[in-house]
This record gives sequence, structure tokens and C-alpha cells, in this order.
Amino acid sequence: MAASVPLSLALASCGTSGPGASSGATYWFLNGQPQEGIRTGAVDRFNQANPNEKITPTTFQNDAYKTKIKTAIGAGQAPTIIWGWGGGTLRSYVKAGQVEDLTSWFDQNSKIKDRLFPSAFRAATVDGKIYALPCETVQPIIMYYNKKVFDSVGARPPQTWGEVMDLVPKLNAKGIAPFSLGGQSRWTNMMWLEFLFDRIGGPEVFQAVFDGQQDAWSNPAAIDALTKVQDLVRADGFIKGFSSITADSNADQALLYTGKAAMMLHGSWSYGIQQSQGGDFVSSGSLGFMNFPAVDGGKGDPSDTVGNPAQYLSISSKATDEQKKIAKDFFAKGVLDDEEIKQWIGSGGVPAVKGTQDLLAKDKNADFLKFTYDIANNAKVFAQSWDQALSPTAAETLLDNIAKLFQLSITPQQFATNLNAVIGQ
Amino acid sequence: MSMTELASDSTARGARTRRRDHDGILPWLAAPALVFFVGFAAIPLVGVFVLSFTTWDGIGAIVPSGLDSWRSVLTDPGLPHSLLVTFLVMVVSWAVQTPSSILLGTFLAGYQRYRAVLSVVYFVPLLLSSAAIAIAYKALLDPNFGLGAGLGIGFLSQDWLGRPALAFGLVIFVVSWQFIPFHALIYQGGVRQIPRSLYEAAQLDGAGRVRQFFTITLPQLKYTVITSSTLMVVGSLTFFDLIFVLTAGGPGDATRVLALDMYKRGFQANLMGPASAIAVILVLVGLALALLLRRLGGRDASQSQLEGA
Repeated sequence: MAASVPLSLALASCGTSGPGASSGATYWFLNGQPQEGIRTGAVDRFNQANPNEKITPTTFQNDAYKTKIKTAIGAGQAPTIIWGWGGGTLRSYVKAGQVEDLTSWFDQNSKIKDRLFPSAFRAATVDGKIYALPCETVQPIIMYYNKKVFDSVGARPPQTWGEVMDLVPKLNAKGIAPFSLGGQSRWTNMMWLEFLFDRIGGPEVFQAVFDGQQDAWSNPAAIDALTKVQDLVRADGFIKGFSSITADSNADQALLYTGKAAMMLHGSWSYGIQQSQGGDFVSSGSLGFMNFPAVDGGKGDPSDTVGNPAQYLSISSKATDEQKKIAKDFFAKGVLDDEEIKQWIGSGGVPAVKGTQDLLAKDKNADFLKFTYDIANNAKVFAQSWDQALSPTAAETLLDNIAKLFQLSITPQQFATNLNAVIGQ
Repeated sequence: MSMTELASDSTARGARTRRRDHDGILPWLAAPALVFFVGFAAIPLVGVFVLSFTTWDGIGAIVPSGLDSWRSVLTDPGLPHSLLVTFLVMVVSWAVQTPSSILLGTFLAGYQRYRAVLSVVYFVPLLLSSAAIAIAYKALLDPNFGLGAGLGIGFLSQDWLGRPALAFGLVIFVVSWQFIPFHALIYQGGVRQIPRSLYEAAQLDGAGRVRQFFTITLPQLKYTVITSSTLMVVGSLTFFDLIFVLTAGGPGDATRVLALDMYKRGFQANLMGPASAIAVILVLVGLALALLLRRLGGRDASQSQLEGA
């Protein structure tokens, strides 16, 4: 009997320290500076201002988090506040009844809804109901280029797809790779298709896939886009050995700022990385940025962009009422407070909040911040990254086939056939 | 009743009581291992088997769906491909590791001091985690910032992880680099158990070193070869961490072994049913291979190899 007492005590303490306990709310998010510090700072300020409501944060590395959060939610061990990318993954949580419907909360707190970018709510909405609070920054995908390289070659950044293909042999002749690419990460390749689909066929082409229309991948515009990407691979448009490079190591970005590659298609978050790792590359003004070039004769609007419209916070439906209340108070008072907005801007990000132009203009990165704000604000369509928009099942098949497409081991037609098979899953 | 009968009777009784003592203790000695085996192998195995007849995305409810998962796995052209890759990894890595391990083990079995030092050095790769090894090799072989580019050695600046044949070869190389020390250690022990008298007799008969190796060392190592091969073959079914970090199964699906296919389906594509079906296939393949290797080694593994010695 005596021996069993410590054991039961130990079990009890396991229970209280784990998620789902009644003492305060839990919040999981990604680590890595500077973002981690900004997230933790917001939680600390909230905890200090509200001594009766405590949020305990836990941080995870990006890829580990994607698996961990799924497993935890499936096991009923989800944190109170679930950080995510919205879209297809959020839909899978909603279908399983794991996250709170926040529609009525947003109706009661319309001020919170109105201050955020309206475009950010699409990926938070499932079947007409809102299940997540858009937060943090808007992250469009941007075409970066190295101005020094263009000066030395005597060329200007390409404005159309035709100019891209003309520029490729010129750069290769000088021993400079036209485009850097971290191809092993797969979503890096996907960004090329996202833009080409849009520029050639307009947003309807992928929308049809998203809506589950039969054989949507066989659209002639889709086949044209897939063919154009393979043409670029065949013309040595991407750096030699791109399939060996991962984006996690930031080697793709190093290729751009060391001048081994002339251009790179990457997320807006790459700006901060190049700034901190590229020496004086950014501060000397050598980093150029623009939207993806137009495709001659294409239907899409060249102002369209893709990327992450925001990041998203949901509330676990398994949390206690007290935890849910703390989470909602945090949503109302803690998320994107003035200090957090200032810190995101300082890190080179544009917060998903309206009316920050004045703050952006005062920052040392004003040019880039204004550029990002304008892209997000002026885009006719701000599409969500495909792998986030689709269900995890369809996204895995998509990424798998994209890797093969860039390897030239499947044709555009085979790509379309393989993906038509998982439409609507 | 003669004296001899009495004596034999009492020894028999003594043996019986001793055996009863063993009977009392032995099951308890096996208990801890049994608890762990049942808790961490048998029960999950049953769970996986049951899951393979359901549809589950890892988040929502588990819905029984009969043979759906099995049908989707068995009709997927990805399965024969993964099986082929798994089989190739198994065979090629066995063919590379076994001869090198035997030679290295035989060499290290000598009692010279420098060989003792070397055997410690050779052991180092085994102490490193597979993930760390994979990250290190990935950095060294980066085509733009790796060893080849840094030292200006053109040969090393290949697209190592971007071409199917190179990526496959690299996986075999790194696996061998990591596990040859372990198998060399097994062979070192095996060689040291061979009675010296065999070699002395062979020397008297005028056999040279090569002849001694092929007619004494190798045949005497028969069971060591079987042990080491079983570990290699069954172990290669579960190669995951190294390949996952090094190539992530790529380029495309060139190095996607069965274990990786299972992980991708289960935890990345949220298809727990088909992933469980693959897990069951993995268990069956592993079991079949282990049994086959035991058969190859002869029915009675305790049969003496030292007859006539």
C-alpha cells in the first residue's frame, strides 16, 4: 500500500501538467528566431496584464510540429490554442469536431474582425463558418533577384515568361544559375506551379481542383503550365543539383546572396533570413524583389499572388470552459497588440492588420514592407499555398508528383492523371 | 535392487528436483522481457492489424471499412516499387557489408596492440545517431557548399541526392559506413572462438594464410554469418531515420523503402488504414526472411562444428 502512494501521486501530477488540465491554457507554436521571441513576448505581456489567466507556451520545430499537433489532436491531448496555417488541415480538424466554431464570437467582436485583412479569412472559413483567428503576418511568394548579378550581365529582371526563357541561356553562359531552388523540400517547386497555373489560366484552374471537379488537372492551361516548368528544367533554368538542396538549411537563399544564382522564388519570410545571414547583401541594396512575371497571352491577372494570407489560431473543442475563456481573452486583447505589430514589422514582416502603412514607412526596411503590403492589398486574388489549401492526403500526393515532375521522370499528362485520381479526397 | 540401480535412481531424482527448481525460476526471469514484448510489440501489432481494416485520418473517429485499405495498398503501383527498393537496399547492403565485415573482423581478431586500437576507432560510427550521420553527410555532399565545392574536387560535386542511382548508392554507402563496425565486432568474436589447434594443424599440413581463411575461418564462421545476416536483413527492413533525413525517399521515389512509405502515408497523408496495412506487410516480410535464414542455417543450430577437432 505504501509503495502505491508515490505511484498514484506521480500519475496525478502527470495529469495536471499535461494539456487538458484546468490550471490555465496551453499554446503550442513554432520555434526559431525572430518569430519565436515575438510569439513568446505576446504571451508574456498577456500573462502579466491578466494575473488570473495564465497561458503556458510550448515551442516546436516546423516539420516536427506538423506531425506532433496532428497526433496530439487525434489523441485528445491538443493544446487549448492550436497554431496553424488554416486551409485543408483546419478543415480536417473541423470535420473531426476538434476545434471551436468562432463565428458567433466574431459577430459579437466585430471590431476584431474588421481590423484584419479580409483576404485572410478565406483560409479560416470552412463551409461558411469561421474556425480560426488570422494572426501574425501576411506572406506572399516573391521573386527575389540579385541586382549585382544583373548589372554584371547587363540584363534587366524578366517581366514576362518569354524574357525568362531568353535570359536563361545568357546567365548560364556566364556560369550563373538563373534560378536558385531548394528542390528537396518539394513545396519550393510547388510555388512555381502555383504562379504558372494562375498566370496562364487564371485562379479558376486551381479553384476547380479545390472544388473537387472531375479531371480538373487535365485542363489545357494546367498542362501548358506543367509543360512550361519542364521546359525550364530542361533549359537548365534551375541551379545544378537543385534536388539535393533543402530549404530548411537556407542553402537556396545562400545561393542568391552569394551571387551563384541570379533569381529565386521564395516566401516573404526569406527577406529576414537574407538580411540576417547575407552580410551586407540586403543593407547595401543588392536584393531586388518583384512579383512573378506575366505569361504572354495568359488569362491570369499579373497582380495575383499566392502564399500564406496569415497564420491561424484555433481553440480546441476539448479544452475546459475556463481554458476557452482564457483563449478568447487572449484573442481579443493579446494577439497582434501594438507591441507585437511593431515587432513583426521590425522583423521584415507585414502584420495581417489594416492601416499599418505609416508604421511600415518608418521602418528601415520600408521599401520591402511597402512592396509586400501593396502586393497583399492590391492582389485581385491572394491564393493560399496549395499544400495548405488541400487536405493532407491530396497534398502529399501533389508534392510527391511535383518532385517527379521536376525530376522529369513523369510527363505533364501523367502528372494530371495521378492527381485526378485523388481529387476530392 | 543393486547398488548401481540405486545410485542411478538417486541421481535421476536429483536431476529431476534440480529441474523443478529451474522451472520455478525461469519463467520469472523471462517475465520482464515478456512484459516489454507484449506491451511494446504484441499489443501494438494487434492494434495495427485491426487498424488496417479501418479508415482513420489520425484525428477523427476510427471507422471500420473492411478491405478498403488493403485494396488501395495492393492496387497502388507505389507498393511494388517500395518493395523493390526495400529488397534492393537489403540485398546490396548485405552484399557490401558482409565481405567487408568478415575481413575486418578477422583482421581485428588478432591480438596485436595496434589492432586493438584500430577496433576502437572503427567502432566510432556506431556511436553516432543515424539522424546526425545523415545531416553530416548531407552537408558534406551539398553540390554548392559541400566538400567538393570547398576543396575544388570536381568528382565530389555531384548531384548526389538528385539522381536516382547516385542517391541509392549513397544510401548504401552511408548504411554500410554506419553498420560495418557492428558486424565486424560480431565476426571478431566469432573468429576468436575458433580453436587455435585447428590453425596449428593446418600450418603443420602446410596451408598458407589464404587457404586457412577459406578452409577454417570461413566454414567455422557459418553461424556467425547467419546471425549477422539475419540482423542485417531484418534490420534493413526498418531503415527509416537515415533515409528520411538523407533523401526523404527522393529524388521522386527512388529511395522510398517500405518503412518510409508507411510513414508518409500514415503521418503525412493522414491515411492510417493503408499505412497499417503496409506495417502488417512489413512484419510478414520480416518474419518470413528470419525464418528463411534459420532454415538456411540447418535445422539444428546447436550442432557441433568441431567434430574431429
